[in-house]
Amino acid sequence: MIEWFTWAQVAVACLAGVVCVVAGFARKLPNDITVGATALVFLLLVVQLVVSIVAPFVGDPPTGNIVEFYIYLVSALLLPPLAVVWALVDRTRWSNLVLAAAVFAVAVMVYRMLQIWTVQVA
Amino acid sequence: MMVTQKSTRAVGLGRVLIAVYALLALAATGRSVFQIAEQFSEAPLAYTLSALSAVVYIVATVALVKSGSTSYAVAWATISFELVGVLVVGLVTALDPALFPDDTVWSFFGRGYGFVPLVLPVLGMIWLQRTRPGRAGAGDRPE
Repeated sequence: MIEWFTWAQVAVACLAGVVCVVAGFARKLPNDITVGATALVFLLLVVQLVVSIVAPFVGDPPTGNIVEFYIYLVSALLLPPLAVVWALVDRTRWSNLVLAAAVFAVAVMVYRMLQIWTVQVA
Repeated sequence: MMVTQKSTRAVGLGRVLIAVYALLALAATGRSVFQIAEQFSEAPLAYTLSALSAVVYIVATVALVKSGSTSYAVAWATISFELVGVLVVGLVTALDPALFPDDTVWSFFGRGYGFVPLVLPVLGMIWLQRTRPGRAGAGDRPE
């Protein structure tokens, strides 16, 4: 795992969550900004997946349990697309809060993934 | 749809509630699958409970989504079970942590999940109460 990239990813996910919460309480419908922010979170997760696959081959193996790591990563990868589908089906301002919940969960999960990779001893 | 402005808001909030329930179902399932696959023998009681809580969250999520009086009753049953679960397991882990050597979603009142498992059943009950079938103005719960 690339530590600065992972922290940047957590920060982007939190920021995206705040944007979606604000949009939700401002009575905005899901729009390009909130869906786009969620898509950005997803894009970074895909990059993280590639990094995680490559890292062990370039001298950066996880210290913790690799199975647990990938359960988090795969679950996290599912969240943004599901939330976006939700937002497309349910065109109400509440969908922005659903997007927010999803990206906040991704932020927590990425942080957990960093712990598993760097701190946890299997 | 013949609903007042107030109950429309409840409908919207209810959808957020369902989304958070789905998230928690996913979290509990993911943790449970890992625990049972990798280290079941370490703490069979805690991990069985993890699996049970995961199933209950999934059933509760589905029951909240579906309309009708049966799923309404199922939602009440599962959400009550969750509240009892988080209170009992929370209390037990607080008093005697050795009984649960590894975390479940309910350990320490759901501390590992931002206390969401403690708050969610209460919000769920409030929402069920506000949207119970036959209540004037509430109408059918949203699909």
